[in-house]
Amino acid sequence: MTIKTFTASILCSLSLVLSPSLSADDAQDKGLAIAKEMKSRDRGWVDSSADMEMVLRSRGGRETRREMRILSLEVQNDGDKSMTIFDSPNDVKGTAFLSFTHNNADDDQWLYLPALKRVKRIASKNKSGPFMGSEFSYEDLSSFEVEEYDYRWLRDEELNGELCFVVEIIPRDKYSGYTREIAWIDQEHYRAMKIEFYDRKEAVLKTLTLSDYQLHLDKFWRPAKQTMQNERNGKTTEVLLRNYQFRSGLDEQDFTENSLKRAR
Amino acid sequence: MMNTKHLATILCAGLLASPSHAEFLGYVGLQARAFPSTAADPAQGSETISGVLAPEWYQQWNDGDDSFNIKAFYRYDSQDEERSHADLREFYWQHVGNNWELSVGVNTIFWGVTESQHLVDIINQTDFVEAPDGEDKLGQPMIHYASIQDWGVVDVFVLPTFRSREFAGEEGRLRSIPLTVNNREQYQSDKEDEHIDYALRWSHYLGDWNIGLSWFQGTSREPIFIPQATATGIVLTPYYALIEQSGIDAQYVSGNWLWKLEAIYRRGIGHSLADDFAASTAGFEYTLTGINSLFWDLGLLLEYSYDSRPRLNAGPFQNDIFVGGRLSLNDIASSEILFGYSQDADDPDSRSVFMEASTRLGDSTRVTAELYHFHSDDQQDPIYSLRRDSYIELGLEYYY
Repeated sequence: MTIKTFTASILCSLSLVLSPSLSADDAQDKGLAIAKEMKSRDRGWVDSSADMEMVLRSRGGRETRREMRILSLEVQNDGDKSMTIFDSPNDVKGTAFLSFTHNNADDDQWLYLPALKRVKRIASKNKSGPFMGSEFSYEDLSSFEVEEYDYRWLRDEELNGELCFVVEIIPRDKYSGYTREIAWIDQEHYRAMKIEFYDRKEAVLKTLTLSDYQLHLDKFWRPAKQTMQNERNGKTTEVLLRNYQFRSGLDEQDFTENSLKRAR
Repeated sequence: MMNTKHLATILCAGLLASPSHAEFLGYVGLQARAFPSTAADPAQGSETISGVLAPEWYQQWNDGDDSFNIKAFYRYDSQDEERSHADLREFYWQHVGNNWELSVGVNTIFWGVTESQHLVDIINQTDFVEAPDGEDKLGQPMIHYASIQDWGVVDVFVLPTFRSREFAGEEGRLRSIPLTVNNREQYQSDKEDEHIDYALRWSHYLGDWNIGLSWFQGTSREPIFIPQATATGIVLTPYYALIEQSGIDAQYVSGNWLWKLEAIYRRGIGHSLADDFAASTAGFEYTLTGINSLFWDLGLLLEYSYDSRPRLNAGPFQNDIFVGGRLSLNDIASSEILFGYSQDADDPDSRSVFMEASTRLGDSTRVTAELYHFHSDDQQDPIYSLRRDSYIELGLEYYY
């Protein structure tokens, strides 16, 4: 390394530390590059399924538990497909939710109500509403698609001993419940470690902590635990994911209105 | 009933070969109804308590490609022995192949998109003594083949037996005046309730559109009422004509809007007493999301219904406007309130109002409340006989 380039790199890192302004464009490019890398590292899982338990805690600590199963299918050149089958509480057993996420278009969503044996199409703008009375909204649980957001790299920062990119993520969908999100993404594996969700008043509405990451098929990291803390009402919801299975042979036929009706 | 012995043999063979996922579930319920107005007929009671058993069982094998499903229903009603009734809602075997499904046995099938009435939905008979909304159905024996293709789903139905509608008894409310008697049905077909009916449906999903075309040929699920003189006076007896019904249902999603349409054309076959007619329901559901700090959702419903038959022969929605709402509290208890108001556009005195609310207590119990109000001054009006049968109902259901 010559003195000149050494000086340049010192100056460069100083400028990063002192005035965290790559030019606005550069910060956006870097943010987008991080999002793309995150998504590309998560390509190729084909299909997956997992058992999900939700633990809803009131401010006073009262617990309510909900169980469901989630099936997902990776779709090339568009958003993923997923089906959620509810196992508890007992009165919603057999209820199932089918969702096709799309890049740059409204998602398609259906709900199957077993008591009436009726499949209902759902207006997809209802993204910000609570899912099953939890602190998660529908959009918090839908698959991450790069095209649905704008990005800006803010800084690098250590979180729980892991060096992270801190990236601002702005939903493009005007029906999103958030004006922006700030995500901590670890630099080694590109896993989201923490996300803050901001409301229109620029206050932190909720904080999501993702932990207990496990490596599947030597490539895919999945958090076994996600905790959503509602900063406004003091309630929390914990999502525990177990029995992850990948490439078990699910295909398009497992994600249709017909398969929704017979989901058990 | 179907050839259940044969079915059971296949089933047992399957079960022994590869035991798999099975579950027993269902609910038990208790219900109280009170009718504040004096009954139109002094024989009718003014309150009733009833209990429901609704067990369900299924078994899957062959990795879920084969399944056997049973859903039974029994209600005991303290007021009306005709409302005390049992039914097998489901009792079928299903095989799922690649791109196709075959079901044999008793099953319930729903078609349609609108909320105020269900015109296109014709496979199952309405369980008329359960509730005035007509959403409870009697199990229908069928062979049902579905082919699932890129260009849509084609359903083929063979329906070997007919289920006649059951009507409230003399002591019961929500019935015709004079009384409609059970067990004295008349049929246009010589084969009576053993006439084999057929139905076809094509349905498809294309982006924001859902569309369905359906066709049915056989015994009408909706009877015509024929007055008959008996020793004790006049009674009505149901007559079931042979009909052919073509239907279309469509739904378009755009943002928070759901636009809905159902239309049918029904014609009598042969020397039928049934009118040829057309009917349709069209409207929308618009959802307001997060209407308060608790993130409640409010869906607004508006539907208009038209029926070309003369008023006396038409259903209750011959030229009617329905406005309603669905309030979802999005809470842990999944609390929900559905309410609606129907107004006859030809007759300002003909209207009905309903409200259904439910919430969960703890993990397994649902509390329900229901209110129906009927108003009519005209004897030609199909809801005239219900004008004194407005009621409130409270219910408790325990799910296991």
